[in-house]
Amino acid sequence: MNIHGIRAIYRFEMARTFRTLMQSIASPVLSTALYFIVFGAAIGSRMGDIDGTSYGAFIIPGLIMLSLLGESISNASFGIYMPKWAGTIYELLSAPVSWLEVVIGYVGAAASKSVILGLLILLTARFFVDYEILHPLWMFGFLVLTSVTFSLFGFIIGLWADDFQKLQVIPLMVITPLTFLGGAFYSINMLPPFWQKVTLFNPVVYLISGFRWSFTGRADVHIAVSTGITLGFLLICLAIVWWIFRSGWKLRS
Amino acid sequence: MAVVESSPPRTAATPDAIVSVRGVGKTYKGGFEALKRIDLEIRRGEILALLGPNGAGKTTLISIICGIVNASAGTISADGHDIVRDYRAARATIGLVPQELHTDAFESVLSTLRFSRGLFGKAANPEYLEKILRDLSLWDKRNNKIMTLSGGMKRRVMIAKALAHEPKVLFLDEPSAGVDVELRHDMWQMVRRLRESGTTIILTTHYIEEAEEMADRIGVINKGELILVEDKHTLMRKLGKKQLTLSLQQTMREIPPGLAGLPLELSADGATLVYTFDTQSEETGIAGLLRRLGEHGIDFKDLQSSESSLEEIFVSLVHKPRGDRA
Repeated sequence: MNIHGIRAIYRFEMARTFRTLMQSIASPVLSTALYFIVFGAAIGSRMGDIDGTSYGAFIIPGLIMLSLLGESISNASFGIYMPKWAGTIYELLSAPVSWLEVVIGYVGAAASKSVILGLLILLTARFFVDYEILHPLWMFGFLVLTSVTFSLFGFIIGLWADDFQKLQVIPLMVITPLTFLGGAFYSINMLPPFWQKVTLFNPVVYLISGFRWSFTGRADVHIAVSTGITLGFLLICLAIVWWIFRSGWKLRS
Repeated sequence: MAVVESSPPRTAATPDAIVSVRGVGKTYKGGFEALKRIDLEIRRGEILALLGPNGAGKTTLISIICGIVNASAGTISADGHDIVRDYRAARATIGLVPQELHTDAFESVLSTLRFSRGLFGKAANPEYLEKILRDLSLWDKRNNKIMTLSGGMKRRVMIAKALAHEPKVLFLDEPSAGVDVELRHDMWQMVRRLRESGTTIILTTHYIEEAEEMADRIGVINKGELILVEDKHTLMRKLGKKQLTLSLQQTMREIPPGLAGLPLELSADGATLVYTFDTQSEETGIAGLLRRLGEHGIDFKDLQSSESSLEEIFVSLVHKPRGDRA
């Protein structure tokens, strides 16, 4: 295995994060803090508990997921799209690195940033609302699993995109609506029965539900189902990336 | 990774070949045949110049060898390693400087070199990177962002990146494109130094002068075919022609019928006669020509001989039908 190669890609990508600290870390933390002020401290204080949890604490997992999904996709897609756009991808394609090493480097860096971001948001939340984490290991595990899975998904978007607009389309038009409708701000038990069934087709429901379980011990769907679906999505994404590198689709003519 | 429809090697690589290209073809999706079964052996330690007009297939060939483009047919080995089956070992031996200036604008010169070295699987070696940067007069700029450098410096950064992992073979695709004369000469010197240190160099160029100046062998590609690969001096000897230009004392309207059998051309103003002869033939025929001119009462005030340049050879090669080529 080309460990030096993986390390080079990882360091390169992490250096990009620290060069753009305002955009990659500070900005999502600030926008989530605003959510906590508005929905947690201001409006939340006038709302009743949900499943025995204060509204402010209830929305923490959903808000972290909202940022995590968007940033994982954005970081990873941008990371691989930029070399394609700038032409520097020639170096990656001519280097003695396998598809898996490329993925570990790029996706590992994007996921690392997302995990750091998730923890920072969690820390920020402490300033606005009280919360407990019943299963901290599960919470961290879910944070990592989601970051890796959606960074991988973002990596595919970056490989697929051939202009900047395509980079934005999926996060803005698909992921954000799915997250808002995936129970970030409400329990799906609050929906009418028909919409409860419809909402189960939304994969983000399982992420938020599983993540919320690690905080409160209560979930809309069983934790095993949440974990299984996320892992399944991870494997599908891995298979797609493997195929892209094997066939050279959008990479090698 | 890249999938090549391999055909069995037709010939074993010659012992001194560092890169062996066998039956490599490339047909793009639209049906355009960019390369037609290329066979090429690149010798260890040589400088090989690939000449060819725009769109001839030079960059496609280099891109296939370096793993950027998938071949449609054929096999390639680099330092004895198949570039598909054993891509790690093969690619580790190759460095590429592409034609376009593709750089990470926001990175510093030194960090981009560290990245390149690591990417190719080599452990950090600050002393080696310093040597490269000093050799390329970039040491003072090591902490500058690449975006702040001039075009010529960016070109040197790309060369430094390609050398960062100590490759045995260096591909330079149009290294002099957009580079001023001084830098071009600096680059030629650097290429010679690299060759002296044992690096094999393959360059594509539009500047015939560059090939004439540096190359040991010349390959000519036209319309996806490798027309020839020949030692530079042999090529110039074989295909070169010499001309004797005679400035006449008195202008002529036409060449006298008595001299009709000779390879003579009269200039439009009738003031000069040009006699063309083969550099390879034992008899140039000059003595006989001069005697016969005297017999016809043609006096001349001056005579000059000239040899065809590589440029003229190249132009004649790419414009001749295949069967007429030497």
